[in-house]
Amino acid sequence: MEKQNDIMIRVRDVKKKYKIGQIGGGTLRGDLQSWWARKRGKEDPNTIIGTDQRLIGTTFMALNGVSFDVHRGEAVGIIGSNGAGKSTLLKLLTHVTAPTEGDIDIYGRVASMLEVGTGFHPEMTGRENVYLNGAILGMTRSEIDAKMDEIIEFSEVGDFIDTPVKRYSSGMYVKLAFSVAAHLDSEIMIMDEVLAVGDMKFQQKCLGKMGDEAESGRTILYVSHNMATIRQLCTRCIVLDQGRIIFDGDVDEAIGIYAKGNIMTDAVNDLRELSRDANRGVRAKMLQLEFAGKSSPSYRHDEPMELKVTIHAAQDVPRAGFRVVISSQDQTHIGMADFPQFAALRAGETKDFIFTLRSGVLHSGNYSFFVALYEHDDLGGIAILDDLGRSFTFQIMDDPVGGYPWNKNCGHVRFVDATVRCAE
Amino acid sequence: MEQMEKQYHVHYSPAKGWARVDFAELWRYKDLIWLFVKRDFTVMYKQTILGPAWVLINPLLSAAMYTVMFGVIAKLPTDGVPQALFYLAGTALWGFFAACINRVSATFTANSAIFSKVYFPRLTMPISTMLSALINFVLQFIMFFALLLFYVAKGQVHPNWALMPLTVLLLAQVGLLGLGCGIIVSSLTTRYRDLMVVVTFGVQLWMYGTPVVYPLSMIEGMNHILHVAMICNPMTAPMESFRYIFFGSGQVTLQLWVVSLVWTVVLLALGLSLFSKVEKTFVDTV
Repeated sequence: MEKQNDIMIRVRDVKKKYKIGQIGGGTLRGDLQSWWARKRGKEDPNTIIGTDQRLIGTTFMALNGVSFDVHRGEAVGIIGSNGAGKSTLLKLLTHVTAPTEGDIDIYGRVASMLEVGTGFHPEMTGRENVYLNGAILGMTRSEIDAKMDEIIEFSEVGDFIDTPVKRYSSGMYVKLAFSVAAHLDSEIMIMDEVLAVGDMKFQQKCLGKMGDEAESGRTILYVSHNMATIRQLCTRCIVLDQGRIIFDGDVDEAIGIYAKGNIMTDAVNDLRELSRDANRGVRAKMLQLEFAGKSSPSYRHDEPMELKVTIHAAQDVPRAGFRVVISSQDQTHIGMADFPQFAALRAGETKDFIFTLRSGVLHSGNYSFFVALYEHDDLGGIAILDDLGRSFTFQIMDDPVGGYPWNKNCGHVRFVDATVRCAE
Repeated sequence: MEQMEKQYHVHYSPAKGWARVDFAELWRYKDLIWLFVKRDFTVMYKQTILGPAWVLINPLLSAAMYTVMFGVIAKLPTDGVPQALFYLAGTALWGFFAACINRVSATFTANSAIFSKVYFPRLTMPISTMLSALINFVLQFIMFFALLLFYVAKGQVHPNWALMPLTVLLLAQVGLLGLGCGIIVSSLTTRYRDLMVVVTFGVQLWMYGTPVVYPLSMIEGMNHILHVAMICNPMTAPMESFRYIFFGSGQVTLQLWVVSLVWTVVLLALGLSLFSKVEKTFVDTV
């Protein structure tokens, strides 16, 4: 049995609602115009073009009933795919914005590191910025005074502490900013991917510091896409999906659930039952995606990738478009293959299309992609008809041809058409 | 430990109704307010040729311009006070008030990046803005005082020396009034950006509706309605009182001060309440 006063964070049935389609007009005139149009039952002149008219007044639940407790000394990781609600949750926990429904109780001071170096001013020296940043994060001047030496030492900035930070390298800047946040006198620490910056050695130093803090009774909440650091730091893990908690408990199990839910590796993928946002898959829907002619999505560099997509149109879509956005393993977007106006879909018909990409322009490795079906509307804009909250992975196999040995500094794209000739 | 937890226990719930200001929390962040003031001052004059001298050059140029425009060309009366001194006092005090409104009203829009990343009592921003405007005023005041002493030595001005300590209260009043107006506007600008344009213009109009470049006594004999309007203006009392203290001229009545204080309390209370309500969720709308 845990004692009551062991609880550091209590979250009860928290919901956060965002309006979509029509975000505040921004001008008084716009608001009056919208109000007058609604009053007469006319179409709102300020609706963003391209959004589905049925969406007016509908809302998007970034968090849809989240409850959990965090106890003293726990290091809790929060994972989930993009849009699962992680950042929203952190914003609520750090008091940046208020929940739409529910209650949050926090028993202790919170050091939030949603973005290190918030409030750093380039014209001021490192030392001045430490004072300012520390105060923004909730420290008093005397507390900062007491920790100044420690902060400077941890940051490895050394003699440059009295130089304006605009002269700092980005690494120094981040190190100093992180040091301030890490030395806060707080019982709870909330972090959002802060470790993605800085060099490897410093990252490990930070993780070590976090680990020490957790052991000494500090409570840590950590959001990341980097499973390695989650594994290293956290003792418990919460998996968010579409604004709800789908798992809360053991770290390895959580990472397994997240990975399984997020990635599809089969050659044939049924898309019918996948969750979508409310307005997706209404006019036209992707039913199936198949890596055509493959038993698993693995390609040689000289082999084109053929995606066979079954599309059902519920209504006429005169100018349908399709796009594939490819990302590397660390979630960096690499590029897009676009198929604008590839077909005119008729209401009621279901057709297969094969989209071919020369995926061999990518270097060997694992990649993932998102697909989206869209249309060109009459005004030249783009409206998304269907997309999925899930990505698909594929592999480019090792290049057997010799040449400059590939390493991570070479990037991801291979300029296969590059030529050379003698200038004479 | 347990006591500390009680001290730092916070409860976040949906923003509903009129919000109250957590003054205890604001007090804990007093160092931050001071650091913001320091930052404003350090940053404002970095990479400028004349640096902090601009604080003094601005009102000097304005006062010179007013002397020519209103004193020499329009021949407006100054209650027998040397024109340069009269206009310098007017621009400095009004400048303080206008700076409060203009700069405070940009609080949310100018700081949305930092506000959406980290929480600290948002009121620290407008308060520090007001304080840095006050520091600028104090510098201008020193210059004004030097000029005043010059005219006193020449025997042209007779200040009420005994009343001078009251200037502190007068400045507090002007600062709080400016703060109140500023935070009302800043709260509304989170939704209506175009208010920002109106504000700068509105403050300028307000100046001409306030006895800044002319004394209240000039209006009294001119037009009754205008005179009543001026009595209802909360900036009339501080303006006239400032002159009464330093020049021995000007009209100070109880009525003027009651109007001014009521306005200040109402606007400040409304502003604080509105601001506290808006600050809870404004990051969702900006």
